[in-house]
Amino acid sequence: MIDPNLPPHMRPDRSFQGLILALHAFWADKGCVVLQPYDMEVGAGTFHPATTLRALGPKHWKAAYVQPSRRPKDGRYGENPNRLQHYYQYQVILKPSPADLQDLYLASLEAIGIDLNLHDVRFVEDDWESPTLGAWGLGWECWCDGMEVSQFTYFQQVAGIECSPVSGELTYGLERLAMYVQGVENVYDLNFNGREGDEKVTYGDVFLQAEKEYSRHNFEHADTVMLLEQFRMAESAAAKYLEAGWNDDRTRHLMAQPAYDQCIKASHVFNLLDARGVISVTERQSYILRVRELSKACGAAWLATAAGGAA
Amino acid sequence: MPDLLLELFCEEIPARMQADAAEALRKRVTDALVERGLMYEGAKAFVTPRRLALAVHGLPANQPDVHEERKGPRVGAPEAALEGFLKASGLASIDQAKIVSDPKKGEFYVAHIHKHGRTTPEVIAEILPEIIRSFPWPKSMRWGTGSLKWVRPLQSIVCTFGPETEEPEIVHFEVDGIRSGDITRGHRFLSKGTIRVRRLADWQTKLEAAFVVADRERRKDIILNDAKDLALAQGLELVEDPGLLDEISGLVEWPVVLMGTFDEGFLDVPDEVIRATIRINQKCFVLRDPATGRLANKFVLVSNLAASDGGAAIIAGNERVIRARLSDAKFFWDTDRKTNATVALSERLEKFRNVTFHEKLGSQYERIERIAALAKALAPLVGADPELAEQAARYAKADLRTEVVGEFPEVQGLMGKYYARLEGLPEEIALAAEEHYKPQGPTDRVPTAPVSVAVALADKLDTLVGFWAIDEKPTGSKDPYALRRAALGVVRIVLDNNSRLDLTKLLLNHGDRFSGHDPAVTAFALVEFIADRLKVQLREQGARFDLVDAVLETGVRKETMMPGMGNVRDLVPIVARVEALGRFLATEDGKNLLAGYKRAANILRIEEKKDGASYEGGVDIVLLHEPEERALADAIATARPLIEQAVAAEDFEGAMGVMSSLRAPVDAFFEKVTVNAPDAALRVNRLRLLADIRNTTRTIADFDRIEG
Repeated sequence: MIDPNLPPHMRPDRSFQGLILALHAFWADKGCVVLQPYDMEVGAGTFHPATTLRALGPKHWKAAYVQPSRRPKDGRYGENPNRLQHYYQYQVILKPSPADLQDLYLASLEAIGIDLNLHDVRFVEDDWESPTLGAWGLGWECWCDGMEVSQFTYFQQVAGIECSPVSGELTYGLERLAMYVQGVENVYDLNFNGREGDEKVTYGDVFLQAEKEYSRHNFEHADTVMLLEQFRMAESAAAKYLEAGWNDDRTRHLMAQPAYDQCIKASHVFNLLDARGVISVTERQSYILRVRELSKACGAAWLATAAGGAA
Repeated sequence: MPDLLLELFCEEIPARMQADAAEALRKRVTDALVERGLMYEGAKAFVTPRRLALAVHGLPANQPDVHEERKGPRVGAPEAALEGFLKASGLASIDQAKIVSDPKKGEFYVAHIHKHGRTTPEVIAEILPEIIRSFPWPKSMRWGTGSLKWVRPLQSIVCTFGPETEEPEIVHFEVDGIRSGDITRGHRFLSKGTIRVRRLADWQTKLEAAFVVADRERRKDIILNDAKDLALAQGLELVEDPGLLDEISGLVEWPVVLMGTFDEGFLDVPDEVIRATIRINQKCFVLRDPATGRLANKFVLVSNLAASDGGAAIIAGNERVIRARLSDAKFFWDTDRKTNATVALSERLEKFRNVTFHEKLGSQYERIERIAALAKALAPLVGADPELAEQAARYAKADLRTEVVGEFPEVQGLMGKYYARLEGLPEEIALAAEEHYKPQGPTDRVPTAPVSVAVALADKLDTLVGFWAIDEKPTGSKDPYALRRAALGVVRIVLDNNSRLDLTKLLLNHGDRFSGHDPAVTAFALVEFIADRLKVQLREQGARFDLVDAVLETGVRKETMMPGMGNVRDLVPIVARVEALGRFLATEDGKNLLAGYKRAANILRIEEKKDGASYEGGVDIVLLHEPEERALADAIATARPLIEQAVAAEDFEGAMGVMSSLRAPVDAFFEKVTVNAPDAALRVNRLRLLADIRNTTRTIADFDRIEG
């Protein structure tokens, strides 16, 4: 149920930001730390260290946050009503995954205005894998009346390391969900601030120009010479920080997070290069492997930190 | 007799895994029960997205008692031997063993062990945890802090046992902290709280009341019937789709069938594209208008909810998604037609120069050129016009560059057909674009139009030769390029169309179009690979394994290995030969001749081994003393050239007819003549006569491989 005390412009079914706030309120109430987006370019909320790194090691952890996600290849110059090269994911990670995780998820849908007596919510098999993160898990895509609105995953492995305990990860595609609850067919028509008339700000007002600019950038102008160099720099910096972070007997690591930042950087640069079409099919595989090697090394380093559970 | 009810309740099981899981549960539990002496009358497994269940009827209350006598060591045997005996037989002291005396062995100990059968619930409680832990899910996972692996988190277990007339008991066990009980849950949204269940009938009734249809087949029936009814009410026909029905029945516990509509304007898009969009992305059925035979602007969706508004919101939601998907499809279709109108698809093949087919096999363009050349060469052999076949082959892959195929790869070929028609190309070319991919699977149709046959064969043979040339053959279960399917496709096309092709010659010549390999080695290996597929295909059609082996051994394999490569490289006569042989062996003459052959072959094998010699070679007429051996030699001398002629003329029935004339003389020979005569020269001559029988039958098949 939507909180009945909300003024109309704050309601999750009227306002994009209202939707985010409703999810924050819901998950904060369930004991999550509500974080802010990670301050780097990432392809998905999973890349946030609050998920990738915190999923490793024995320590319990509950977090929720919005993560702006960049998929350079999905840019459509603002001309496709559903596809964006920059969009928002709402990410929840609960470690260990609680026994009632599905029920919690369904309650969160009710909190944003999806009446489970009216709508057909289904858990449809979808196994998740991130080759660059060396991660995989099993779970579902969650359908509401035939539309995929979330991803639901039990992490089995991250950074090539078995997860124990297992984290449950929920990823809500915020634009899609908002389009559904607002009953809008084009993402740019979403009401962003919940106001009407002159005060109304749409998603298009905020992002349409950016989609056009970044599509041009991603497909036509992104400086590939610079990007190739950035990839190499990030890769070697990660290796350097990883090496420098180990203590003398290699039992503790003191710089896992800065090293992981370079891994995130390399991954995003790779996505940009991919959108520019300068990576051949065979090279593609080797780039993915190089990023995976970095993320594995970062995962191993994280396990040797206090938050990673090292004694 | 008591019954067992087991229910494993968990989070949503992937639809594709459900049927196999139900069968695996039934088999593993019943096998384990029988192994422990617990026979049962019947067992039925159930599966829904959230539960895997099993009912076993008519089990005994206890295992049978077992009485066993175990022989032990001699009286006075060393201490270690006695201890071992006590341990093995479970006796507390040697006094509990009886002493038996035997005239030869003297006195020794015997333990009488009487094992009381355990109660059935005890046995069940012992076997189930292991079955659950080692359940054969194609993929399984851990969750929370546990270590148990299941397809998705396992939440609760019901396990009860008892006769129909009494309150059943809970069979208590625990798996990773989950204790068995008698509590389950109903539908995720339509039912609240928990349900206590006793036995199968009770479980089914209560679940049904809690909006769960436990029986998968019943859910399928409900979906199919309701969908047909809804269609009928609109004067439409459901486009049935068994694969989709299977999948959907695994996504719902309480199927509610609803109908939605989409804008009529989308019907401009080809039916197959609409169907692919709606089926694959949305898992909905499409409907046909019987008046036009075309799709109607309606679809049938199956929800898992009896919604409080009668499904209006669900329909509206699905319609929105389908509208968005169809808009995309229509956009692609319109774009393609616009682009094709500017520059015809057939004139855009140059673009394929930049598309790699495979790193080591060059570009898609080079591949198309090879297929076109092969299709042209093949055309006269399958009754197609060579120029047309070449043109069709060039066009066949052109649609891979279109937007629609880029988005929906499963309509490749089909779009080629549509675009070819729009371009006004000959209908043969349009058809070949669609049909050259066929047959895709065992149930797929085989092309019969000559141009389609030529292109389909060329496409598959090019793939096979190419991957053999770069040594990317399938190994074990790995066949990433679907080469087995390609070879089976060749077999089916050739057999269904009765196409007479010299495969070796075709493969040799096509092999020259690839570098870095020996075309002869590739061709021979491929003929063998294709022969293996032929074997599989004939077995699938119900031919006897042994006959297929017997014929192939004298057919393709041997002769392709020989210098000059013999004559049977053509699949059609092989099948005819297997069939004729099967019919012959079903006759009295056939059975007896086979028995005579086996006897001759046995004697020969033994004697040849004993003497370290081979008895191949001419029979000496002068040494034929007995009338029966003379008669047999005559019969063989008459029959053999006739059989060879008949085989050469592919008159296998005729060959078998001649063969049956040998039965009487073979029988008479074995009845009257002693092969191992004391006279060495006579013996050798008779063994040679036996070798003649063997050689004569080999003109038809290797009779050693025939069972019986």
